[in-house]
Amino acid sequence: MHTTKLMIVAVGGQGNILASRILGEAALTAQVPVRMSEFHGMAQRGGVVESMVLLGEGGSYCIADGDTDILLGFEPSETIRAAKKCRANSVVITNTASVPPYTVALGKTQYPDVKTALTLMADRVQQLIAFDATALALQAGSSLALNMVMLGALAKSGAVALSPDLIQRTIEEKTKKQFVDINLKAFAMGMQAVAYTLGERH
Amino acid sequence: MHPLLLDRVGDQMLMLGNEAIARGALEAGVAFTAAYPGTPSSEIALQFFQIAMETDLYFEYSANEKVALEIAAGAAMCGLKTMVTMKHVGVNVAADALMTLAYTGIVGPLVLVVADDPFMFSSQNEQDTRYYGKLSSLPILEPSTVAEAKEMTIYAFDLSEELRLPVILRTTTRINHSSGTVTLGPLRQRKTTGVFKKKPFAYVCIPAVSRKLHPQLLDKYAKASSHADQSPWNRIEGNGKWGIICNGVSYGYVSDALKELGVTDSFRILRVGFSHPFPERMILKFLEGCEKILVVEEGEPYMEEAVCNSAQKTGLSLTVQGKGEGLFSRLYEYDPAQVKKVIACFFDIPFEACQPIHTDDLPEAPPRPPNLCAGCPHRATYVAVREVFGDQAIYPTDIGCYTLGLLPPLNMGDFLIAMGAGIGTAGGFARATGRKVVAFIGDSTFFHSGLSPLANAVSNNHDFTLVVLDNSTTAMTGHQPHPGVDLDHLNLRRNPIPIEAAVRGLGVKNVTTVNPFQYRKTLEALQEISRHQGVSVLIARAPCPLHERTLPFCKKKKSFFINKEKCRDHRDCVAKVACPAFFLENQRVFIDANRCEGCAFCVQFCPENAILPIKQEETCTRRS
Repeated sequence: MHTTKLMIVAVGGQGNILASRILGEAALTAQVPVRMSEFHGMAQRGGVVESMVLLGEGGSYCIADGDTDILLGFEPSETIRAAKKCRANSVVITNTASVPPYTVALGKTQYPDVKTALTLMADRVQQLIAFDATALALQAGSSLALNMVMLGALAKSGAVALSPDLIQRTIEEKTKKQFVDINLKAFAMGMQAVAYTLGERH
Repeated sequence: MHPLLLDRVGDQMLMLGNEAIARGALEAGVAFTAAYPGTPSSEIALQFFQIAMETDLYFEYSANEKVALEIAAGAAMCGLKTMVTMKHVGVNVAADALMTLAYTGIVGPLVLVVADDPFMFSSQNEQDTRYYGKLSSLPILEPSTVAEAKEMTIYAFDLSEELRLPVILRTTTRINHSSGTVTLGPLRQRKTTGVFKKKPFAYVCIPAVSRKLHPQLLDKYAKASSHADQSPWNRIEGNGKWGIICNGVSYGYVSDALKELGVTDSFRILRVGFSHPFPERMILKFLEGCEKILVVEEGEPYMEEAVCNSAQKTGLSLTVQGKGEGLFSRLYEYDPAQVKKVIACFFDIPFEACQPIHTDDLPEAPPRPPNLCAGCPHRATYVAVREVFGDQAIYPTDIGCYTLGLLPPLNMGDFLIAMGAGIGTAGGFARATGRKVVAFIGDSTFFHSGLSPLANAVSNNHDFTLVVLDNSTTAMTGHQPHPGVDLDHLNLRRNPIPIEAAVRGLGVKNVTTVNPFQYRKTLEALQEISRHQGVSVLIARAPCPLHERTLPFCKKKKSFFINKEKCRDHRDCVAKVACPAFFLENQRVFIDANRCEGCAFCVQFCPENAILPIKQEETCTRRS
């Protein structure tokens, strides 16, 4: 069985760890071997959060540069930062709504031109799907549901061998009761966004 | 019920490495646990803290790692099953007790979990704990997977009980913070009370006693050695002519690499899980008929040295390599691609390297360094100290969130090596330069290692100002309590020790407490205490906003906004305070209401009084 290597990058507070946990639990239910690792050194203090999800047989808990099947970016400059993880047949799914680091917010450094960067990346990978996932999360009821929008997009893309139904059930079971409705709505909107993007292309 | 207490043998659960270790301890029947938090070990202690609230398991957050080890040692001497958890540098603190605890040995098992941090994701160095095995003669076990972390923890208790020695379970960040599937085993019954049988001439380590104990330790070491040689944790896979010896997460990288290279049949792998005492006889068996050997281990060449040593003893002249030019590094973490490449190069196997897409011409992602949070009281303290003492003063600092004061525009932090060393080094800086020295230490670090250097400074008449940054929690590692705080909101009875009383008790005469968000008062207090010769202490006390919001009855303060009609764009707020809630848009300063904690510190810097609280409650949403 081929091992699917998924890398999720985000900014502290965007719910990356919960998203990978959902995928891990879904894999456990589907009896797909799963290994994950997370890196969130000082994330609460505004840093970067990375998590890696490996589905299928194998011994490694992490993914080397140029070896990811799917890059799921919750923030576009983080997607750009992690671009070196991709190879020619990678699938990239990214949010386009930026969260500028405070150095940019205070005018000390420049935020990259996301459109240029994503266009360049799109030519070098198998597929790049970019959309404003934050706007969808807000439509669903909370900016905190961004992770669920991204999970919806991932599920619909078909890049992982976990069915959208299974992921949806896992969200129902494993996320906090008071947020389940918003989460499911956000998940559905993420799926729709990708359906729309794919439809547009073909 | 806590999920780790689930008593359904055979069920599978997705667990973090640290949760797997805690579950392993519970399955082994652990009764007594203690820790000082430290990334990447902290989540093990968190499980015990939570479980202790609903069962008869004993857990405490001890003042530091040495105390944690000592309290567990006391309980272990009475026959209880005990576990202590810490990060790698914590062992430096605990080492004094550990080295001689190896001599007395223990009655009930004691498992010491030590989490190493290759790459220093969140540590000040990447020291390799395996050398503590050599230093202490204690056994070391190293898991390669999350599932194995649980099983090995159970074995660590059994081994400790049999040898009557503390056993070290050594992990790395990539195990602690990885998740995998774990199969639940039965939970053994806990025995929570013990009996101490006095044996002063075996337990009181005066020279005459220790001279008898050291040979006994070496006997236990020999027994541990023969265990290591036969241990199923050290296993040989394959029968090829090329050998690889590996440990920990490297084992996963090696087995994946050989599969991907399609050369599994040409190799034999020795996975070392029981790494100290090093399984010398097993190594010799492994080397027989081997053409050359590659040792794959993160950190120091601990196994490489041991293998060379064994080969030399038996007169074998085969090549054994690990660290070196074109091979592996003593630096940082490894990854699967790096391991595959070195294996392919060393054994001359054709291979295709991973081909990352070109990224040179992509616009660069801006750095996203961690920063003091919006509403962090440490920022307020630093702004005031900078205003009073400027660039001329020397600022030794310490370990915690407040180390981030190092970043511009605060630039507060000139020297940092170890817990408590901010106070310890301050006197040296002051004596050597005659300049003003202001040392910083956090509240938890103060109780961890600040008391003795402060006593030293007072008694030796050093001249510096100490600022205790008291946010009433151990914030960096996830808000654990320390001896200065109560846990009334959890109905846990503790006797909190006021830092003022501790400082005065150590003989400091000039002690002032301020709320750092009151800028003027803080400035005045700093000016006042620094007039005095000798040691002066400013306690800057205001709660960590991230912690405060988790407490019952916490009400979100009103966020602030900048009134654009009043603002004249002086930007004193941005230049001096640099709170991450500020942002620029069309060259004007705004406040992100979602990030603003309502501390009102920046308000005090606006010459136009343009920073005002938002009236409408509904605009300030918050995370829950």
